Amino acid sequence: MTGKGKRETGKVLLEVRDLHASVEGREILKGVDLTVRTGEVHAIMGPNGSGKSTLAQVLAGHPAYSVTAGQVLYEGKDLLAMAPEERAREGVFLAFQYPVAIRGITNAYFLRAAVNAIRKHKGVEELGPVEFMDALEAKLTAIGWDSSYLTRPVNDGFSGGEKKRNEILQLAVLDPKLAILDETDSGLDIDALKTVAQTVDKLRRPDNATVLVTHYYRILTHIQPDLVHVLAAGRIVKSGGKDLALELEEKGYDWLRTEPAVA
Amino acid sequence: MNVTDRYVADFKAFVGNGAAGAPPWLKQIREGAIARFAELGFPTTKQEEWRFTSVAPIVDTRFSHPASRIPHPGLTEIGSLLIGPGPRVVLVDGRYAPELSSAADQRSGVRVGSLASAVVDGPSSELAREHLARHARWHDSAFAALNTAFLADGAFVHVPAGVTLEQPLELLFLSSGRPGADGPTVSHPRSLVVIERGAEAAVLETYAGLGDGVYWSNAVTEIVVGEGARVELYRVQREGPRGLQVATTHSRQERDSLLGVHVLTLGAALARHDITAVLGGAGAELILNGLYLLRAGQHADHHTVIDHAQPHCASHEYFNGVLAERAHGVFNGRIIVRPGAQRTDSKQTNNNLLLSTEARADSQPQLEIYADDVKCTHGSTVGPIDQNQLYYLRSRGLSAQAARSILTYGFGAEILDRMRRPAVRERLDRLVRERLA
Repeated sequence: MTGKGKRETGKVLLEVRDLHASVEGREILKGVDLTVRTGEVHAIMGPNGSGKSTLAQVLAGHPAYSVTAGQVLYEGKDLLAMAPEERAREGVFLAFQYPVAIRGITNAYFLRAAVNAIRKHKGVEELGPVEFMDALEAKLTAIGWDSSYLTRPVNDGFSGGEKKRNEILQLAVLDPKLAILDETDSGLDIDALKTVAQTVDKLRRPDNATVLVTHYYRILTHIQPDLVHVLAAGRIVKSGGKDLALELEEKGYDWLRTEPAVA
Repeated sequence: MNVTDRYVADFKAFVGNGAAGAPPWLKQIREGAIARFAELGFPTTKQEEWRFTSVAPIVDTRFSHPASRIPHPGLTEIGSLLIGPGPRVVLVDGRYAPELSSAADQRSGVRVGSLASAVVDGPSSELAREHLARHARWHDSAFAALNTAFLADGAFVHVPAGVTLEQPLELLFLSSGRPGADGPTVSHPRSLVVIERGAEAAVLETYAGLGDGVYWSNAVTEIVVGEGARVELYRVQREGPRGLQVATTHSRQERDSLLGVHVLTLGAALARHDITAVLGGAGAELILNGLYLLRAGQHADHHTVIDHAQPHCASHEYFNGVLAERAHGVFNGRIIVRPGAQRTDSKQTNNNLLLSTEARADSQPQLEIYADDVKCTHGSTVGPIDQNQLYYLRSRGLSAQAARSILTYGFGAEILDRMRRPAVRERLDRLVRERLA
């Protein structure tokens, strides 16, 4: 398995064991197992409706999903027992597939409130508006934005691509330990995709990890995953190195349905 | 004696005493207005326009006109109600308070002062005669008719053609809200604002109660915006907790003018505000932008009429309400597009945030379109805090409480952001934050 050597070195950051989750009484996740170590990039691929976004939302704490069985440990702690804000403060970040618009609140105000909520939790002094702007400058440039985006209301009137870039800006600013990107690549043109991928790639460090939930191979040509998993009908049916992604690109998902499930 | 007869009797006493100094044309208007009021009587909830708002607290209370012996507050007492050192007119219980007011710089030709003196004073008198009670539709409204009948004093603002004013002009209408020997009091403040061709100005009207007693303030403001003029009218309502307020704002715009009407409603137990905006010249643009923040048992009803009388005009209307505890907000937005008002572009939204299960909002759009080449849209929402927004903010580390408070503030901030005068916007922003804290 590619990346196996690396896998021995990182600490276990996230451990998902036999996770079952439902929404509105319908079971979507039917026993997911996944181990993510620091320093790793995982790609979770799979056909539409396989439960990829559900897995991402359950990890972030979306109240509409209920976990019916299984366990999730994050740095050895029970992630599922934490409120969404506690998970964020502990370093879990979800880039939303459909980012939410908030009228009347500027991006700058929102970002600073988020940064300060996390700083306060860590016992670090909160940033004032001026210090915050200074710290933000380089991160804005990295995603190809000028400061005019900061005075606009959060995602309000943003194009699909702008919303995705905004998620990546938040990722860069909040600098989480575990970043989960839920189809951030969908709907991006090639330039936007490159910008997003480069930003994510630059944030890779031995002490953090990224889980890319994606439907498409193309983002994986920019961000090399250590491990690729295929989620189908609520379970991980196959895991492998980055070659698996290429195989999926060529053969699609249908061939996997005939193979026995591999946890 | 029924309640209508009582007001007619009060009118006779008023005419015989103190109102005698008015010019004949004004006396004639008053006579017409009391006659109209006697015909109309107070509205009841059986009338469509008053379906959600009962004026029983006004009808059932015997109000007297405040005695002049009620002492005026000091400047320090009202300092927090003013935003700047600019020209201002202050009225207390409907009477002009010269010691609290301050005139505009004479050289500019701008006039900011008492309406009672304007109607008897040379050039202002001509202007007053031309406009006063010529716009507000007192024939259709018992309250505007009553205000017109008892028209005694208020604010008069005149900005001559081409003048640009940096400093907002402030009109402060105070009610002492301390019942005198004769029980609860009523005042009928009246304002006339005339901004002439090509001028640029901002006017801030503040209605505030100083005490916590029962009183009634029945206000009317007429504003005339000349060709190409750019005007912002701000109106802040901070009446006392037991105050009753009925108000009429009527604007008329000439060709290519721009008018922003910004409303912030915070106070009174019962408030009804009728706003009529007439786009009376081609190419005029109106922004009607309001926010009501209510709590406890407060009731506030905003009825707006945007009258597209000419072609190529645009109106953008945004009203947001935040309703806590047992508060009740009513919004009725009527848009009329007259025959021939082609190329009208009109947009209306009313969004209501309910912070408790006992809070209530009624929202009603009414479109009357008599032209074919127009663009009109409207939308309204009533509901609690959006769960997706709440989760989104929490997923970024904000506590549920902080997220709720940000989202609630955002409802107000969206309206505040459209206010173009920074000094006024900042002051109103502070009021909104204080209220939501």
